[in-house]
Amino acid sequence: MSEPKALSFHVPAPAVRPGGTPDFTDVQISRAGEVERPPVDVAPEKIRDLAFKIIRVLNRDSQAVGPWAGLLSDAELLQGLRHMMTLRAFDARMQMAQRQGKTSFYMQHMGEEAVSCAFRKALEPGDMNFPTYRQAGLLIAGGYPMLEMMCQIYSNELDPMKGRQLPVMYSSREHGFFSISGNLATQYIQAVGWAMASAIKGDTRIAAGWIGDGSTAESDFHAALVFASTYKAPVVLNIVNNQWAISTFQGIARGGSGTFAARGLGFGIPALRVDGNDYPAVYAVAKWAVERARRNLGPTLVEYVTYRVGAHSTSDDPTAYRPKTESDAWPLGDPVLRLKNHLILRGVWSEERHKQAEAEIMSEVIAVQKEAETHGTLHTGPHPSARDMFEGVFEEMPPHLRRQRQQGGV
Amino acid sequence: MPRKTMVEAIRDAMDVCMKRDDNVVVFGEDVGYFGGVFRCTQGLQQKYGSNRVFDTPINESGIVGAAVGMAAYGLRPCVEIQFADYMYPAYDQIVSEAARLRYRSNGQFTAPIVVRMPTGGGIFGGQTHSQSPEALFTHVSGLKTVVPSNPYDAKGLLISAIEDNDPVIFLEPKRLYNGPFDGHHERPVTPWARHPQGEVPDGHYTVPLGKAAIRREGSAVTVLAYGTMVYVAETAAQETGVDAEVIDLRTLLPYDLETIVASVKKTGRCVVVHEATLTSGYGAELSALVQENCFYNLEAPVMRVTGWDTPYPHAQEWDYFPGPARIGRALKAVMEA
Repeated sequence: MSEPKALSFHVPAPAVRPGGTPDFTDVQISRAGEVERPPVDVAPEKIRDLAFKIIRVLNRDSQAVGPWAGLLSDAELLQGLRHMMTLRAFDARMQMAQRQGKTSFYMQHMGEEAVSCAFRKALEPGDMNFPTYRQAGLLIAGGYPMLEMMCQIYSNELDPMKGRQLPVMYSSREHGFFSISGNLATQYIQAVGWAMASAIKGDTRIAAGWIGDGSTAESDFHAALVFASTYKAPVVLNIVNNQWAISTFQGIARGGSGTFAARGLGFGIPALRVDGNDYPAVYAVAKWAVERARRNLGPTLVEYVTYRVGAHSTSDDPTAYRPKTESDAWPLGDPVLRLKNHLILRGVWSEERHKQAEAEIMSEVIAVQKEAETHGTLHTGPHPSARDMFEGVFEEMPPHLRRQRQQGGV
Repeated sequence: MPRKTMVEAIRDAMDVCMKRDDNVVVFGEDVGYFGGVFRCTQGLQQKYGSNRVFDTPINESGIVGAAVGMAAYGLRPCVEIQFADYMYPAYDQIVSEAARLRYRSNGQFTAPIVVRMPTGGGIFGGQTHSQSPEALFTHVSGLKTVVPSNPYDAKGLLISAIEDNDPVIFLEPKRLYNGPFDGHHERPVTPWARHPQGEVPDGHYTVPLGKAAIRREGSAVTVLAYGTMVYVAETAAQETGVDAEVIDLRTLLPYDLETIVASVKKTGRCVVVHEATLTSGYGAELSALVQENCFYNLEAPVMRVTGWDTPYPHAQEWDYFPGPARIGRALKAVMEA
């Protein structure tokens, strides 16, 4: 008998680290228009290949091509562009406000604007999102007042969360936006539970769960897929694969699986991958998945292939773990630029109008910011009272909390 | 008055609530067709359909996480974790989600859910079917924690819990499911049918959360207990002849400080009893509360009688369990101090 060879331990690592030349040659990109568009009632086993391709609409020449193209009018696309530009301007101002010490923390969307902005457009009033911290486009595109978002970020006197939540952990039942936890993946199974409830009650509303590539490793991701599959819950399960979980590249969560979307296959859940930087493609896939849920055909898993251009948060420095120029090398480009160029090609937009819109949007955002700041920022001006801290732990304040509030002298 | 076991009383509470409110749903492992491993949900699926009573995959985080989502929708889920020992995968959903949802969303979303789970030992369940994790819940802001000790209370408290608009952890002492237990494991079990608290009215009634009950009046020492330990403490008082006042806390959070303080001020002595491990247990909180509120009335240090700080053993179950002999020794010691 031969001696067994010593085992070796495997830890995946990204192809390039700081100082290296960015390299995305291993990212397999389908040609725009290439991937088929099956009917929504297709048997999941017939479309297993969609978990490995990338559905794309906008090609390199800025044309919208293929079976997923043509679902949105010029006016709708222009509105979509405006939503993404607004989110980008909002991010820029809030990022700066954090640097100026007006709040403790911020998380921007740079590069991922199309995902939440286009998805929101596929929903109906009454549907419910269970988002992570990088889907503020759901609120911007859903008509939530920017003033409330800023007041939440500043934890000021108008903060709808009364200063209890970290900046960007918004909540708006009215706008179909479930309270953000900050604990990862917990909301994924909650989305499934909400969808189960809607089915139990014979309602017509559906839910959407959101998760990042890194958090798919959490047990609650598995819980969500098991429950969604078992009860055929009317839910769209979104995975935003932005390549990075803080400093950890997506290969650590993905392991040997080909794609994140492929995780759905073992559960019999139809799984699609889409170019997350392609507004019309995101919309088309979202619409497809939402329709499946609405028609009681069950859950759909959607992986948005995108790239986190900015830092994870204002507390993060990506130059410590990835090449500075990596985002420039990202092969799927910038979502704002791509939609802008497409609209110019269609003859409904121009460089000048774009510049003008940028300036307009920025001044609108600045005006709202000024108004928000009259209601206080984290360390100055009016803010929620210390007394508020004791409210809302329970529906009625129990005696022990009343005593503590008294002891606290508030 | 009809007499019921604690299992029947718990089932009856769910039945009453499901009949009154279409938004009450019941689910968990084995709870649907089969009716639960302790039979607490037997017959409910036949009565209310599998839309409202159903089996789940073996995933406690999924059970509670789905319940939180359903509650956000507007349902009132009453879910079962098969044994309290299995709740740990659900702990994140309980602590970070259910307990804080009202607070963090400023009331936009709430989690009116009940998480039922059999707790405690005394059935030779070993370390994975015997734990008493109540302190892991009472330590969390935003949760209510309930431990009934008899069928009447179990039904009334569970109805209160299901109707409550905040998340409630409902710990069911499994040793009490079929009868009160005096701690003498060598003796045959007395069925609830022969016990006055086995009398359970039909229909809707509530036992309010946050109110303790005095089970045995006495003047010499106050015993603070809940769940299985209530009867064991009563037995210890009888056997030692110490005139102990036994208080059944019923709800651990919010707790009934008024009843506790009034009793200790009267007796001047206090023994705290629970089956859970000693260190950082709920008894530490009780002991601190008594010290803070009754210091000048105390004739002796507050004593604790609890499970040892070991995992719950199998063969040594009755060496671990704080039975009447150990409680009796504490009663005597506190009287002599």
